[in-house]
Amino acid sequence: MNPTFKIVFTFVICSALINHIAAQSESMTIIKGGTYIPLYGIDSTNVSVNSFLMDIYPVTNRDYLIFVEKFPQWNRSNVKRLFADENYLINWERKDAFGNRLLPNTPVTNVSWFAAKKYCDCLGKRLPTIDEWEYVAMADEISPDARKKKSYNQHILDWYETPKSFKNTIGSTFINYWGVSDLHGLVWEWTFDFNSVLISGESRKDVDKDSNLFCGSAAVGATDLMNYAAFMRYAFRGSIDANYTGKSLGFRCVKNIEIE
Amino acid sequence: MFCSCVNNQKESTYEDTVDIPASREMLAELTSPPNVPRGVGRRKAKKLIVNMEIIEKVGEMTDGVKYVYWTFGGSVPGSFIRTRVGDEVEFHLKNHPDNKLPHNIDLHAVTGPGGGATSSFVAPGYEAKFSFKVLNPGLYVYHCATAPVGMHIANGMYGLILVEPAGGLPRVDKEYYIMQGDFYTKGDYGDRGLQPFDMQKAIDEDADYVVFNGKVGSMTGDNAITANVGETVRLYVGNGGPNLVSSFHVIGEIFDIVRVEGGELINKNVQTTLIPAGGAAIVEFRVDVPGTYILVDHSIFRAFNKGALAMLKVLGEENEKIYSGIQEEGIYQPEGGGIQIIPTDNGDVVSEIPAKSLKERMEFGKITYQQTCFACHQGTGQGIPKAFPPLAASDYLNADVNRAIDIVLYGKRGEITVNGEKYKSVMTRQVLTDEEVANVLTYIYNNWENSKAEVTPAMVKSRRENH
Repeated sequence: MNPTFKIVFTFVICSALINHIAAQSESMTIIKGGTYIPLYGIDSTNVSVNSFLMDIYPVTNRDYLIFVEKFPQWNRSNVKRLFADENYLINWERKDAFGNRLLPNTPVTNVSWFAAKKYCDCLGKRLPTIDEWEYVAMADEISPDARKKKSYNQHILDWYETPKSFKNTIGSTFINYWGVSDLHGLVWEWTFDFNSVLISGESRKDVDKDSNLFCGSAAVGATDLMNYAAFMRYAFRGSIDANYTGKSLGFRCVKNIEIE
Repeated sequence: MFCSCVNNQKESTYEDTVDIPASREMLAELTSPPNVPRGVGRRKAKKLIVNMEIIEKVGEMTDGVKYVYWTFGGSVPGSFIRTRVGDEVEFHLKNHPDNKLPHNIDLHAVTGPGGGATSSFVAPGYEAKFSFKVLNPGLYVYHCATAPVGMHIANGMYGLILVEPAGGLPRVDKEYYIMQGDFYTKGDYGDRGLQPFDMQKAIDEDADYVVFNGKVGSMTGDNAITANVGETVRLYVGNGGPNLVSSFHVIGEIFDIVRVEGGELINKNVQTTLIPAGGAAIVEFRVDVPGTYILVDHSIFRAFNKGALAMLKVLGEENEKIYSGIQEEGIYQPEGGGIQIIPTDNGDVVSEIPAKSLKERMEFGKITYQQTCFACHQGTGQGIPKAFPPLAASDYLNADVNRAIDIVLYGKRGEITVNGEKYKSVMTRQVLTDEEVANVLTYIYNNWENSKAEVTPAMVKSRRENH
């Protein structure tokens, strides 16, 4: 597509979308910035996260339908293969309706990274970075960093093991310290830089620095060997490409806080 | 001229197995345990297509206990892969779209970094393809190696791949596939319901279940593996771990041959062979005497309390020259003949779900029966002639419900007559709760042509107070 045309087109469609999903943009909550040590860091040191807004819930089928209606390039029939593979929205009944098989308030899944990114762009939002996502997700109901609590880890692991949780509705898990719901227990979520930490694909050929997550080498680069849940998330992120679409993979958006 | 023709019939020998050419394509036969695919025999090395599907699914660990297994091919252990040296394996690893997690496969038979793991990492709903040539004959473990690797193995992601030498292993009459694994659940052994993986117990190596082929009783009773007298049995035994080393033993047999650690070394006349986690062994023995042979991990508490027990039933003619059977029996009670007590671990605090209906009482009772009574009174209450009296259509049982409760609570010693036969063995008192006693007796009374009496916890309680 001609880049100039694309920008114009996006602008028109997006402004329409913003009106439709106005309620959705309001349903965000403030995450106060801070520093923390992630499971995998480039250099395993403190990472700073600025304050930002995060969607309280993952994007639902209902939300996404509005996007597809306003932006038919992104319906199942029209989407470019480069941007989403054959399984894109595969469980929707039609290209422009999710139908009766899916509930409107379950998280939308089988969406690619390109699609998720575009959706957020159109609302004046963006996908969270891994650091932002993990920063919010380390909270339980009462504390911003619950990673040291045994019960926190075990709960998340239990959820990860539960089959077919993508069929559950948003809000069916718990609201954490920041007021964000369903980070754990419903679906995996796209992040902006999902493939930056786990070395995948061609990067695995870096033989001098064996930093992938298989077997023993997983234990070399990690800061917290007990955080199995985090290992599983990083492993998942490493297994996907930007045009991949999975039944258990959805997303939510974040937004910078404007300094006035 | 003729000579060269004859020579062409025989397979050429290659100093380096890398040089063995692979002709034509062939779809690999995969089998779920305890079966193994047909041997390679004299077939030449081929391009072997392996299609393996990864499925995460809920299965049964033991009666009433469910567990989410992650499987290669739908079974634990995963499908058995049979190859020969020189085969070029084209491996298709498919991760079912309903699965939640990415997986991969590390085959110990592969020469190359990660054993295939780096090339086979695959997200749910996707397929990875990679190829390798099998160079070294032997029996190898394969497993998932995705982080956290221990958890993937603990949930059942392991299996065996056999690489036969050119011309195949010597023929035997029966071949079976057995793999040990340890499991870590939030609840203790036998706690009902869906039991999640317990990470802390796994790290502490404190297994709740140690089992063959993924569950308690996978090869006991009707599922026992079988052979006939005079046959040679070969067992491909693997150990998936994740933690425990197996002391593999068959009660009442001596292994004629052990292919130690699945490799080329052959040891003879072995009683117990050690199988490391992530390792395997091939054992072979001729069965000469009919009967039931028990396969165990001879770290013996695992066998009797954690499930590491399987059965091989051998049918055929008795051979009294080798084994006489019982020649004489009698009671030997050096400590004055008091009734033996199985000690309880102070555990009076039992949180259990009370049965809400007769149907539930029967269900729970069946579980207790399988865990407590089955060994002596047998699966359909038929007992064992001359040793343990029958519970099926039993005149003694049906004559007096209170007496039956008392026997379960306090044990029984001395001669009794059941359906016209005399028995003089000892039953120990059973450490069961009132609820459990009520359930199991109700189960017994409502089966096998008995009187259909229902026993309630209150009845059991009153017998306890009576005593």
